Amino acid sequence: MDTVTIDVRVDARGLNCPMPIVKTAQAIKAMASGQALEVVATDPGSVKDFEAWSKSTGNALVEHTSDGAVFRFVLRKK
Amino acid sequence: MDEPLNLVLFSGTDDKLQAAAVLTAGAAALGKPVNIFLQYWALDAFTRAKIGRDHGLAPEAGDEGRKAVDALGKAVQATWAETMRQAKDLGEVDIQACSLSMDLLDIEAEALDPLVDGVEGVTAFYLNAGDGQIVFI
Repeated sequence: MDTVTIDVRVDARGLNCPMPIVKTAQAIKAMASGQALEVVATDPGSVKDFEAWSKSTGNALVEHTSDGAVFRFVLRKK
Repeated sequence: MDEPLNLVLFSGTDDKLQAAAVLTAGAAALGKPVNIFLQYWALDAFTRAKIGRDHGLAPEAGDEGRKAVDALGKAVQATWAETMRQAKDLGEVDIQACSLSMDLLDIEAEALDPLVDGVEGVTAFYLNAGDGQIVFI
């Protein structure tokens, strides 16, 4: 299994829609191209939101895991 | 994603303003420009004196709705004003006060919260809206 080196982490646990995506967009803005961002969230809507946001903005969703309660996303800035 | 999202905010209750703030922040996160036009009671809620106050809920909320919104507010949800502020930091969000509503409610430009970028008429709003959708809340 590939392991991505994480450059920036965002803890969005406990935050409601649209805050996980807002915090992600804020973090990505400050990052350099090619850097990886890890986001953890508990909002169940975040799964589809991250897929859509990645598709729309072109920042690749490279990992997406869940233990049922917490969702973990790894994005690479384009 | 180039066409802006255009929101006409009319209602001044916290639930509708919260919903509008969520739509705004979501669009800003996608890089979509957002034009907001404040009319009537929404404009009143964006004044310095009133922005931090409790603006109540739409009548359909009822007692159960009040409880649900209070619980969410206590748990995590930021106020709609805070969510709007974050959306403005993140993307291209322009908030304009409707000049007719300013006259009607006797509100001076100085009385508006700094979240409001300016005052315009409906023609300017339509012009900026371009071919983007217009949503009335």
